[in-house]
Amino acid sequence: MIRFLFKGLLRDRSRTLLPFLTVAIGVLLTVFLECYITGAEHQIIDFNADLLTGQVKVMTKGYAAEPDSLPNDLSLDGVGTLLSELGTDFPNMAWTPRIRLGGLLDVPDEAGETKAQGTVLGTAAGILAPGNAEIRRLGLENTVVRGRLPEKRGEILIGEILADRLKLQPGGTATLIGSTMNGAMATANYTVSGIVRYGVRALDRTGLVMDLADAQAVLDMEDAAGEILGWRTNGPYERNLIEAVAARFNGRTEAGSGCDLAPVMKTLRDQSDLAALLDQFSTVRGAILTIFILAMSLVLWNAGLLGSLRRYGEIGVRLAMGEPKGGVYRAMLGEAVMVGVLGTVAGTALGLALSYYLQAHGINISGLMKNAAVMLPSHLYTRVTPVAYIIGFIPGLLSTLIGTAIAGRGIYKRSTASLFKELET
Amino acid sequence: MENSVLIRTVNLTKIYPSGEQPITALRDVNLVFQAGEFAGLVGPSGSGKTTLLNIVGSLDVPTSGSVEVLGEKIETLSHKKAARLRNRHIGFIFQTFNLLPVYTVYENVEFPLLLLGMTAAARRKAVRDALAWVGLSDREHSRPAQLSGGQSQRVAIARAVVKKPDLVLADEPTANLDADNSHHILHTMEDINRDLGTTFLFSTHDAKVIAHLRRKITLVDGRVTADEARTT
Repeated sequence: MIRFLFKGLLRDRSRTLLPFLTVAIGVLLTVFLECYITGAEHQIIDFNADLLTGQVKVMTKGYAAEPDSLPNDLSLDGVGTLLSELGTDFPNMAWTPRIRLGGLLDVPDEAGETKAQGTVLGTAAGILAPGNAEIRRLGLENTVVRGRLPEKRGEILIGEILADRLKLQPGGTATLIGSTMNGAMATANYTVSGIVRYGVRALDRTGLVMDLADAQAVLDMEDAAGEILGWRTNGPYERNLIEAVAARFNGRTEAGSGCDLAPVMKTLRDQSDLAALLDQFSTVRGAILTIFILAMSLVLWNAGLLGSLRRYGEIGVRLAMGEPKGGVYRAMLGEAVMVGVLGTVAGTALGLALSYYLQAHGINISGLMKNAAVMLPSHLYTRVTPVAYIIGFIPGLLSTLIGTAIAGRGIYKRSTASLFKELET
Repeated sequence: MENSVLIRTVNLTKIYPSGEQPITALRDVNLVFQAGEFAGLVGPSGSGKTTLLNIVGSLDVPTSGSVEVLGEKIETLSHKKAARLRNRHIGFIFQTFNLLPVYTVYENVEFPLLLLGMTAAARRKAVRDALAWVGLSDREHSRPAQLSGGQSQRVAIARAVVKKPDLVLADEPTANLDADNSHHILHTMEDINRDLGTTFLFSTHDAKVIAHLRRKITLVDGRVTADEARTT
């Protein structure tokens, strides 16, 4: 019987083409949007984790309370020991210290007088350590637009807008004026080795990148750092695993105590309002699925009604031959499943093809990010996950079943004799 | 089943609700049909022929009175049991053929057997036999659109008799056919009636059909006004 129905479906294209195309297009969009949202979500997670938050970050409790004011007087002390303990306790995590600093960058003229000055928001990371991952994490290789990466102590990178404003070129010198960990004034001269362009106005206007050891020296922070960032080494960010790491660390330290200098570990979601942003992704994902299921159900309901009206004759004959109404209804649902599966397979294949293409090539959104206050990557990439292979079946099959079920009820409820009479009209 | 009662109606009345003035389609119809009959309901349009055929075919139920078909009381049958009665014992032939257009002649005739759950081999034999009865063995791969009206009706007959039902109900089966084709399919039905013992009950006002009937029941305004046994 299934074979018989399948033959009918294949031969009667006018009855299958519209539902098939509706399902295929809807599923294509669902799969693509799923990959797009997943890609954007992971990219934002990775971008923020690499640049700012880590997947987890260890700070002192006082520092964690006001991270935006860069309170280096509340930095972690004994970083070497802490890093060693973290490495032992969490062998599947990579840990690296960083210092974030604020200050003035002063550009002197030939006489040593201030020629130009600008505020900077700096990041000090171990970019000179051999084999370090910080250059990759900070995206420096791709963002240096003039000059080169620092190769030795005393060299820094600055943002493009800041460089233009201060009329600094690679090779130029500038003085960083800040305050030490102990509140004293700190000054040191640096050579600008390169100019970076992140494509994010906030970074390009005030950004400064320097080696960690330079920052520790000028800020009087030997064996100290504002924060220690951690990443999983055996896989991407996973909320549950990362929260378990933080919970374990915080359970064993003095995080619960009132001491401002006690170390505390915060997850990515606990920082920079990322929890709200990531929760929005989940909401959007759910909303997209719901919208597609409802919209496709409406279209397929109408397609089902039209198809059923056209098939009154056939349905009447089948009832007359002794096929029970329930059998006709189930056969209609069976046909819907067949169309749904075929449309879903086609839509999934097309959606995956498009997603794989954009996973490799990405979408350039730098034009949209010119004045962005939040840090987002300039290219958005889709990400194909195993979920993308199956997610289309939810709207694909549900919508065909719901659409046909609603349309079929008209047939099911119609009295047999009325339907039979319509055979003759 | 020869000389056994196949259909019995007792005080059969059918009223259709229609606004304030209900329409009485059948009034106190009392009829008995024996197995193997070749009978017809004749009368003008609106006389109740199709309504009676629908009730006998378990597609509708009486408003009052009783109808017994093959020992089953139509008025008490559930939808499922009525479908089973039609599936196993009753074949239908329609005025407009109502073949399934996307299926071949073979598949159209095979369809009732699929509902019966027959094996593929048994279906193949039954379909080929039925097509042979109606003289369409060479058209089994054709689609309905490729057939003439007469051929289409012969396929419909094959579809109705392929499961060897006890009863075939034919509603105006020649209304869309010319004289030659009408005679041809009537002869085919007579042959099946004779060879298989299938009971045929027609609804018609076509003189060509009436001429072949062995029993003619005249309905006027829902009442039986004449019931004549005839020799052909």
